[in-house]
Amino acid sequence: MKKLGTLAAATLLLAGAAQADPLKVGMITTLSGGGAGLGIDVRDGFMLAVKQSGNSDIEVIVEDDQRKPDIAVQLADKMIQSDKVDVLTGIIWSNLAMAVVPAVTQQGKFYLSPNAGPSALAGKGCHENYFNVAWQNDNLHEAAGAYAKGAGFANSFILAPNYPAGKDALTGYKRFYGGDLAGEVYTKLGQSDYAAEIAQIRASGADSVFFFLPGGMGIAFMKQYAQSGVDIPLVGPAFSFDQGILQAVGEAAMGVKNTSQWNKDIDNPTNAAFVESFQAEYGRLPSLYASQGFDTANLLLSAMGKASVSDAGAFRAALKEADFASTRGDFEFGSNHHPIQDIYVREVIKEGDVFTNKIVGPALENHSDAYAGECSM
Amino acid sequence: MNRETAINTVLVAGLAAVPLIASAFDDPFIVTLATRIVIFALAGVGLNLALGYGGLVSFGHAAFFGLGGYAAGILASHALNYEPLATWPFEISGTTQMLVIWPIAMVVSAFAALVIGALSLRTSGVYFIMITLAFAQMIFFFAISWPAYGGEDGLSIYVRNQFPGMNTLDPTSFFLLACAILALALLFSSRLSASRFGLALKGARQNDQRLASVGIGPFRVRLTAFVISGMITGLAGALFADLNRFVSPSMLSWQTSGEIMVFVILGGVGRLFGPVAGAALFIILEHSVGPISEHWQFLLGILLLAVVLFARGGVIGVLAGGARHG
Amino acid sequence: MSLILLIEQVLNGLQFGVMLFLMAAGLTLVFGVMGLINLAHGSLYMVGAFACAAVATATGSFWLGLAASLAAAAAAGALVEIVVIRRLYDRDHLDQVLATFALILVFSEATRWAFGSFPLYLNVPPSLSGAVTLPGGIEYPAYRLAIIVVGFAVAAGLFALIAKTRLGIQIRAGEADREMIGALGVDIARLYTIVFALGAGLAGLAGALVGTIQSVQVGMGEPVLILAFVVIVIGGIGSIKGALIGALLVGLTDTLGRFLLPIVFATFMDASSATSVGSALASMAIYVLMAGVLVARPSGLYGVRA
Repeated sequence: MKKLGTLAAATLLLAGAAQADPLKVGMITTLSGGGAGLGIDVRDGFMLAVKQSGNSDIEVIVEDDQRKPDIAVQLADKMIQSDKVDVLTGIIWSNLAMAVVPAVTQQGKFYLSPNAGPSALAGKGCHENYFNVAWQNDNLHEAAGAYAKGAGFANSFILAPNYPAGKDALTGYKRFYGGDLAGEVYTKLGQSDYAAEIAQIRASGADSVFFFLPGGMGIAFMKQYAQSGVDIPLVGPAFSFDQGILQAVGEAAMGVKNTSQWNKDIDNPTNAAFVESFQAEYGRLPSLYASQGFDTANLLLSAMGKASVSDAGAFRAALKEADFASTRGDFEFGSNHHPIQDIYVREVIKEGDVFTNKIVGPALENHSDAYAGECSM
Repeated sequence: MNRETAINTVLVAGLAAVPLIASAFDDPFIVTLATRIVIFALAGVGLNLALGYGGLVSFGHAAFFGLGGYAAGILASHALNYEPLATWPFEISGTTQMLVIWPIAMVVSAFAALVIGALSLRTSGVYFIMITLAFAQMIFFFAISWPAYGGEDGLSIYVRNQFPGMNTLDPTSFFLLACAILALALLFSSRLSASRFGLALKGARQNDQRLASVGIGPFRVRLTAFVISGMITGLAGALFADLNRFVSPSMLSWQTSGEIMVFVILGGVGRLFGPVAGAALFIILEHSVGPISEHWQFLLGILLLAVVLFARGGVIGVLAGGARHG
Repeated sequence: MSLILLIEQVLNGLQFGVMLFLMAAGLTLVFGVMGLINLAHGSLYMVGAFACAAVATATGSFWLGLAASLAAAAAAGALVEIVVIRRLYDRDHLDQVLATFALILVFSEATRWAFGSFPLYLNVPPSLSGAVTLPGGIEYPAYRLAIIVVGFAVAAGLFALIAKTRLGIQIRAGEADREMIGALGVDIARLYTIVFALGAGLAGLAGALVGTIQSVQVGMGEPVLILAFVVIVIGGIGSIKGALIGALLVGLTDTLGRFLLPIVFATFMDASSATSVGSALASMAIYVLMAGVLVARPSGLYGVRA
């Protein structure tokens, strides 16, 4: 790593002229319909970093994918063919990423994922031009499993929607959990009533419940769970506890443990400045999606400072170094260009009138992912 | 030449000019966008047969669109991974030849249309709208939860399928290919509507008894129309898979059914070129208003409302005037 | 599987069915009287939920919110009827589908404009929060019991309204022969606005009741809308009784399917694939039910005309 660093420093000097090369970024993200909150956070985080950098050589084109894979593919085609972008980013959902990323990298463009890390792109389908700045999809679930094991839970009831990311979630949890299962349930994608599942949880004799229900599904589940009188502790990944939806869940989420690679109280100067400036700029607390957008932009800006995107090899090496101050503290890329990072356990608390999270402790340290070995890079 | 023919000529000329416009502006994406229009128009031509000529309001045509797409996606992915599709009773391997994929996509969607149609056509009116929706939803949920071909993540093809003597990855070539198919479908559709069968179909829409009294079974006429309609929409699905090099359950969603219906109605129900005009207008709007405002769907909604309330007969109806065909 | 669990699941199915009924009643009423397919019914459901959440947050009272949901949805319904829907009665179903599809887009984006993209907070009032113990030792959320009660009360109220009141007579007459009641001096335009607002108000009430335990967000109406259509088509369009029976059938099929199918499959497959296959089939179950009913009875269980 160190050697690479000095090498990069040398290229930085040599590439002084290249720095002025403008860079065009295409951001495809979800800005309308259900789930728009996530895309808006990623965009706002990204644009905040670009604004703070004062770098006028970077141009960002933002477009709305409406959470539809075919629209996302069309936008990627447009940005590459018509806008001639160098780097794409922004996609929130795994199924959209699976539709867009292979086509983008095959055409020699870079893709930086600010969210969504499907296993296929971390293992056999990894690509030298694809960098994931968030996590591999299984990571937060693995951390939840590790936390459950450490907390002494031995009989979990686990549930997730019946689609690929849901299956990955349960697999990820089981990978690090190791105890018995009181039940394993797949719900319908988009389901909003969980009375039947909660009744099963009540009858199962479980000592803990792990659930992965992103967006509105998680809000509905937690509110109904709180009303049911069942008091088995809940564990989940951060997606059901981010700043955007916690206020909608309210008291029902209090005290629930969840796992995340980021929280607003991670103690480093970058993060403190990020949280403060995000609030000043947009009038709300940042979510983990916003932090991911912010980190993605800073990674890109750091690479821009070292190499011109027209020299793909040098630019790739500059990205790979991940020489930027991340809001999460230490951050580096593994061999498959996915993060190696700490993942924390958080607890939902109330600060004044606002529900938010505080870090309880680490769940997994310097954690990579289970698919890196399958990647031939 | 009456006004509708004039409008149709303008539409054809517009499509023919796309490659020239694209090269004039040095913007190859215009071709991709136009290909999308052509493919959606083809799906609309399929639906128009059932909906426009037969009065069969199907809210489930996404099923055929998606099945056609999946037929292409599955065949191609097996061929690219060198895994045979079936090993018993004899080995069947995948293929990346469009000339093989298209007939298979059409057969698959025709078969689905036969089953769905045979059951659905027992009902009529709103019940028909809803039962076709129900069948499409069944296939949608099946596709989401069936893991073999990616479930909700969908299936990437990576490389566009092949057509003899052509580089299909070149946007213009693929566009011309899609145009040729659309032209064939339009020709077929106009011949069909003028034929004895077409007259019987329109007869069935207006008066069942009269048709039965001249010895034609309205059920069989409708079912045949529904199957042909599903087949054409399925072919459009196969092309759509190749355009995006990707298939996913969203092709099967009820929103897709709704959109195909919007193309037909926007353009003009029962008009030969209605789906072409509708798809072109919809996609150009989506593309041009989308970047201006996050809330472009609000404007789209207002526009659609205006068309329904004040522009009966769709775009072509307004421009051409006169009664609709049939 | 214990008997208690099974009974609890039947209650859950019942409760889900009642929620669907609240949604479906307005839809089937509007179709029965005006012959209109209203895809935007789900948007009125959303309006109700947002009104309830906004008022409950501002005033701190859930009950004021509930009243607001009824008022806001009924007002939105009346407005839409006067501005748009009124022009659609004479049109074919196709135009109605397209126009009300357009209304969904307008409502969704307007709501997002006003309230932003993040879900809103709305929770169960303290008096109904927590679980109660039923005879036989079944623990059940008080709020869900309340929904069952409200649902059946609304059903009874609707039956009484249609059977006993002057408005009900006009509604029934309108279903039978539209021209005739006009000739008899009933102000049809007013009647239609009232019926539409009534249906909208019911949808808004459902949105507020359900939003309380689910999530109040843009787009919440569409999945429920499809289910409500399934319900009224199974029951027979235009029939309130059909809507009630259809709603309970769908609620029970969906809940028990989700619960029982994985168990059935687990008897002959390994647990993990059984849950996966079972839940896949369960998500298709209500559509299979609907297709089955329509194949056997092409105009639904209690339908009179297509």
